[in-house]
Amino acid sequence: MILTEKLTKTYGNQTVLNIEHLEIPKGESFGLVGNNGAGKTTFFSLLLDLIQPSSGHITSNEVQVNTSEAWKPFTSSFIDESFLIGYLTPEEYFYFIGDLRGANKADVDALLSEYEDFFHGEILGQKKYLRDLSKGNQKKAGIVASFIGNPEVIVLDEPFANLDPTTQIRLKSIIKDLAAKDNVTVLVSSHDLIHVTEVCERIVVLNKGEVVKDIQTSTETLKELESFFAG
Amino acid sequence: MGFFGVYMLISLAAAGGGMYFILKKIFPDQSPMWTISQYFIYWVLIELFLRYFMQKLPVMDIKPFLTTPVKKSAIAHYILGRSGVSIYNLLSLFFFVPFAIVLLFQGYPVLNVILWVLAIFAIVLCVNYINLLINKNDKALIAIGSSIVLGYALNYFGVFDIKAFFAPIFHALYAYPIAVLVPVGLAVFIYYVNYKYLYTKIYLDATLKAKSVEANTSDMAWAKKFGEMGPFLQLDLKMIWRNKRTKSQVFISLLFVFYGLIFYTQDIYADMVPMKVFLGVFMTGIFLSNFGQFIPAWDSSYYSMMMSQNIPLRKYLESKASLISVSVVVMFLLTIPYIYFGWEALAINFACAMYNLGINIPVILFFGSFNKKRIELDQSPFGNMQGTSATQFLIMLPVLVAPIVLFSIFYYAISFEAAVIILTVLGVVGFAMKNYLLNLVTEQYRKKKYGMIAGFKEKAS
Repeated sequence: MILTEKLTKTYGNQTVLNIEHLEIPKGESFGLVGNNGAGKTTFFSLLLDLIQPSSGHITSNEVQVNTSEAWKPFTSSFIDESFLIGYLTPEEYFYFIGDLRGANKADVDALLSEYEDFFHGEILGQKKYLRDLSKGNQKKAGIVASFIGNPEVIVLDEPFANLDPTTQIRLKSIIKDLAAKDNVTVLVSSHDLIHVTEVCERIVVLNKGEVVKDIQTSTETLKELESFFAG
Repeated sequence: MGFFGVYMLISLAAAGGGMYFILKKIFPDQSPMWTISQYFIYWVLIELFLRYFMQKLPVMDIKPFLTTPVKKSAIAHYILGRSGVSIYNLLSLFFFVPFAIVLLFQGYPVLNVILWVLAIFAIVLCVNYINLLINKNDKALIAIGSSIVLGYALNYFGVFDIKAFFAPIFHALYAYPIAVLVPVGLAVFIYYVNYKYLYTKIYLDATLKAKSVEANTSDMAWAKKFGEMGPFLQLDLKMIWRNKRTKSQVFISLLFVFYGLIFYTQDIYADMVPMKVFLGVFMTGIFLSNFGQFIPAWDSSYYSMMMSQNIPLRKYLESKASLISVSVVVMFLLTIPYIYFGWEALAINFACAMYNLGINIPVILFFGSFNKKRIELDQSPFGNMQGTSATQFLIMLPVLVAPIVLFSIFYYAISFEAAVIILTVLGVVGFAMKNYLLNLVTEQYRKKKYGMIAGFKEKAS
C-alpha cells in the first residue's frame, strides 16, 4: 500500500530523515515511535506531501505522492491543531470535511453517532467554536474528523497526547477496530510505548531519521522497546 | 509593522506638517489653531470609535506574572503603563508634533504651543484609558458612533453648532497654558479609576480570560447551489463573519463608498479625469484589494490541512474569485449615486468595475501565491499589519496604476468614450478568459505550495 524508496530529507547539511526502504501493506496498523527529532512528523509530512523530499519518494496505492494528487481521496490525517478550522463549530467542521470527502450530512451524522462515547458529551452541541475548546477536545474532534468519508489510509500524529485516560482507552479500541475492518491502513506515531504496542501490529523505531527497529508486535515487544529506549 | 507602517507614519507626519497651510488656505480668515479646535471634538470621538476596533486590551499578557513574587499593584501599573505607551497613542503625536513645530515657526508663543501638545497627549491618554474602561462594550460603541453622526447632522442642518460650542473649550487649551492641568488631571483620574478596577480583577478567571463567544451553527444550505464551490464559499463567509479582522475589512470597504465624495465635491479635481479613474478602481475594488491581497494567508492557520485534504485547488480559488466578484458588483451598485456628479462618473465607475472583475481579480489571486506570512485571524483586527510586507504594496501597483495609465493614454490620445470602452473591453476579455487565467493561477499555487506551507507555520514574524 505505502512504499517508501530511498527517501531522504535534509535541511542544509543536516539529514533529518533517511529511509532506504519501508513497505507498509494494506490493512496494517503501523506504529512509529522515536524520541523528539527522530523524524516521525517529518515522515508523515512527506507522506502527506506537505514538505518536499530531498531525494527518493513515497508511493501510496501506486500513486507517487509528490507528483500526483490522486492519493488525497483515500487518505485522511490529523497531524496537529493546524488541521482544525478554529472559527467553525465542531459540527460545521465535520460537515465541511464531509463535503470535501463526498460524505453527506446523513453519512457524517451516522459516523458521529458511533463516537458519542469518545466525545463524552464535550464536542457536539456545545455552542463553542473549535478555537475555544480545550486542547484535548480539539484533538478528539480532529481525530474523528479524520475518519469521515471511508478513508483507506489514516495518518494520526501523536493521537494519545493531551487526551484524558478514559479517552485514551477509548481511542485505543477505536484504532483497533479500524485496523481490523475494511482493509484500512492506520499509521500512528506516539511517545507512549504501551499504547503503540497495544494498538499496532507492527512497530518501527526511528532514531535520528533512520529506521533502527522493525518489529511485528508480540508479547515481548514492549520489553524490547523499553530496553532500547532505556539504553 | 515593516514597510507599510513606516509609510503610514511618514504620511501622518507629512499631513501634520502640512495641516497648518491647508487650514490656512481653506479658512484664510481664521487662525488654523481655531479651526483645528473646532474639529477637535470629532477627532476625540472618532479616535474613541476606531480604538474600539484597533486596540487590543493588554490584559492577556500578564498571565506569567501571576505566580511570580510580583505585587498585584505592580502588575496593575504595568498593564496600564504598557497600554499608555502603545503605538496608537504615539500615532496622534506623529500628527500633532509636526503641526506644533510649524506653529512655532509661524511665530506662535512657545510656551502655549508646548503645553498644548502636552494637553493633547493627555487627551490621547484619556481616550486610551476610557477605551480600557469601555472594554469592548458594544453599547458604548453604538453610543459613540451615533453621537458622531448626530453631532454632524445637528451641525449640518443648522440645529445646533457643535463645532462652535466646543471650539472655545479646546482652544482654551492653547490660549491659557494653565488649562493644561484639566486634561492632565482628567487623565490621572481615569488612570486611577482603571487601576482601582483592575486591581480587583487580576485573577485567571476574571478579566484575564478571553471571552469566548457563544457559537451558533449555521448550515447555509443555500450555498449548496454552487456545487463543488459551495463548501468553500460557506467557509469563506463564515471566516469573514466570525473573525474580527475580516469583519472589519467588510465594514471599512463599505465606508470607502464615500471616499469619492472628498474629491468629487471639490472643483480642483473636476478636470482631473485620471483621479476619477483612481477613485473608480479604488471604490469598486476596495474589498478586492483588502481581502484579495491576503489570499490565501487568511487560511494560513489551517493551510496544511487544506493541502492534504481532498481539495481541488481550482475550486478553492474559484470560490475566492466569486466572492470578490460579488463584492465588486455590490460596491459598483453602491457607487451608482455618483451619477449625481454627471454620467461620466457612472461610466468611469462602470468601466473600472468591469476591469476589476476581469483583470484585477486574477492578478490579485496570482500575487497571492507570493504570500508566505501567517495571519492569526483571532488577533486584534485592524491597524494590525500582520501578513503585510512590501509585496503587498507592490501588488497595488499593477492593480491600481495600470488601469489609470491605460485610461489616461486613451483619454488624452482619443477621447473619454474610447478610454471607458477600452477598460470595459479589457474587463470583458479577462472575464471571458477566466478559465484560462484561473488555470494559470492554480498552477502557480501548486508550484509555491511547499513554501507557503512552511511560511504559514512560522508564527509571529
